[in-house]
Amino acid sequence: MLRYLTRRMLSLALGLLVASVVIFLLVEMVPGDPATFMLGTGAQPDTLAALRAQLGLDQPLPLRYANWLGAVLTGDLGHSFTYKTPVAGMIWDRMQVSMPLALMALALAVMIAFPVGLYAASRRGQPQDTAVMGLTQVGIALPNFWFAMLLVLLFAVRLRWLPAGGFPGWDYPVAALRALLLPAIALALPQAAILARVLRSSLIETMDQDYIRTARAKGLTRGQTLRRHALRNALIPVLTILGMQFSFLMAGAIIIENVFYLPGLGRLIFQAITQRDLIVVQSAVLVLVAAVIAVTFLVDLAYAAVDPRLRRR
Amino acid sequence: MRWTLIIGAALAGLAVLAAAVSFVWTPYDITQMAVANKLQPPSAAHWLGTDHFGRDILSMVMLGARTSIAVALVAVGIGIALGVPLGLIAAANKGGWLDEVIMRGNDLIFAFPSLVIAILITAAFGPSAINAIIAIGIFNIPVFARVTRAGALPVWTLDYIRAAQVAGKGRSRISVEHVLPNILNLLIVQGTIQFSLGILAEAGLSYVGLGAQPPTPSWGRMLAEAQTFVTLAPHVAIIPGLCIVATVLGLNLLGDGLRDALDPRLKVMRA
Repeated sequence: MLRYLTRRMLSLALGLLVASVVIFLLVEMVPGDPATFMLGTGAQPDTLAALRAQLGLDQPLPLRYANWLGAVLTGDLGHSFTYKTPVAGMIWDRMQVSMPLALMALALAVMIAFPVGLYAASRRGQPQDTAVMGLTQVGIALPNFWFAMLLVLLFAVRLRWLPAGGFPGWDYPVAALRALLLPAIALALPQAAILARVLRSSLIETMDQDYIRTARAKGLTRGQTLRRHALRNALIPVLTILGMQFSFLMAGAIIIENVFYLPGLGRLIFQAITQRDLIVVQSAVLVLVAAVIAVTFLVDLAYAAVDPRLRRR
Repeated sequence: MRWTLIIGAALAGLAVLAAAVSFVWTPYDITQMAVANKLQPPSAAHWLGTDHFGRDILSMVMLGARTSIAVALVAVGIGIALGVPLGLIAAANKGGWLDEVIMRGNDLIFAFPSLVIAILITAAFGPSAINAIIAIGIFNIPVFARVTRAGALPVWTLDYIRAAQVAGKGRSRISVEHVLPNILNLLIVQGTIQFSLGILAEAGLSYVGLGAQPPTPSWGRMLAEAQTFVTLAPHVAIIPGLCIVATVLGLNLLGDGLRDALDPRLKVMRA
């Protein structure tokens, strides 16, 4: 286990390092000079040069990368060119929207997928199974931002049950949860469809095992066998997918946050790109990628803890 | 299940047909605006209604199909052109340093949230259909490399590969002449899936303004433009969305159907 853990930790560290290089280089390629953007096109060349020096933009590329990475490792994500506030604080504020949104979407996806997957597996090969699987195919094909628009049209505009956009902040917890509900549903449905299909096939595979036949021979009904014996064993691949989906939900929220005007991490990245606030883009994307890599790592560990065969690889 | 193949081929075929016909004919010229006719519901003159500039939505949808399909198709092409050789090289050198480097590189690309990087790429190089293709294509490379390697490894253990080795053929020649033809089925199925994901990704990028730029119509941008008018004329938003759903659904069903039809083990199970 120790060898497996060391290998995975090394690969995690390498992944984060390469991610930081790629993000730094990509952001460097974003056209437009932040100093010109801040001072306007009519600024004097010497003022521009002074600001570029102040921001450290006149230093060579490798040095800028090293300075940035060194600061990031000590928890200093720099100051936003546009807002003049610490980037770490901005990211923390935005995470308070993005993280609950991703968690809510994940919870909804599980709440939808489990009954659907169980139902389809218990009716394997029957018309109900075919119908449910057909519906999940439609769910997978749905672009979440379009589904979000339809949800707004129905629940916000026609029925007026939920807000169409915006976020009131966590000082008003009920209103905040209501504001996150439609975006969470829009994010959750396509994920629920994928999860339901994985759960169904995993359950069906498990149901073909000998110990399930033994349980049935002991007199348990198909439903009882499914819930008491098959579900637990079928959960391993489902957990892996869940971990991957959490990463996807964090990143996939970028578009949904734009549809609902939510002040989350994705919207911050978008605004920062348009404002050429490079330090914010770099740090926010790095935090997002680090979160994704860390979640994948944790899922790998959990998977190895459950399935000892993986530790020996 | 034969029906998945038929429905899938029909839905995907419809989108391809609409795109192909748009090269020679569309009901109206979309560069001509008729603001007096804006946001009209579907009628005999405009089967799918008109948008906020009075442009015919059917014509826009046909031209949009062309953009979506072109972007997704070329992105799949990039994935195949680079991913398949990498997968073949990794499989031919299983356990060696080349295999390790290729697969760890793949893992790294997988670790990146593709949408974020696609947004960064298009932000860095400017929003355009070409950059959307590159952004989507890059993430197809590790997918095809992995599928190719996974499919090729069992083939390398077969007797006829040993026979080819004994006959003096090198690894690269065996990969191309014997391994590749045996994993084509896998690649066709994966290609269909990546094609459908590409259409979704293109729609997402165009929706946030980072894909095809005006005047090139695209389903994603039609949706973005429709957002303002969705309460006044819901059809403006519903129709392009339905086109995306139908095409992606069609391709997914086609992928499922092809997998079932091309997998000999499933044929045996059905028999």
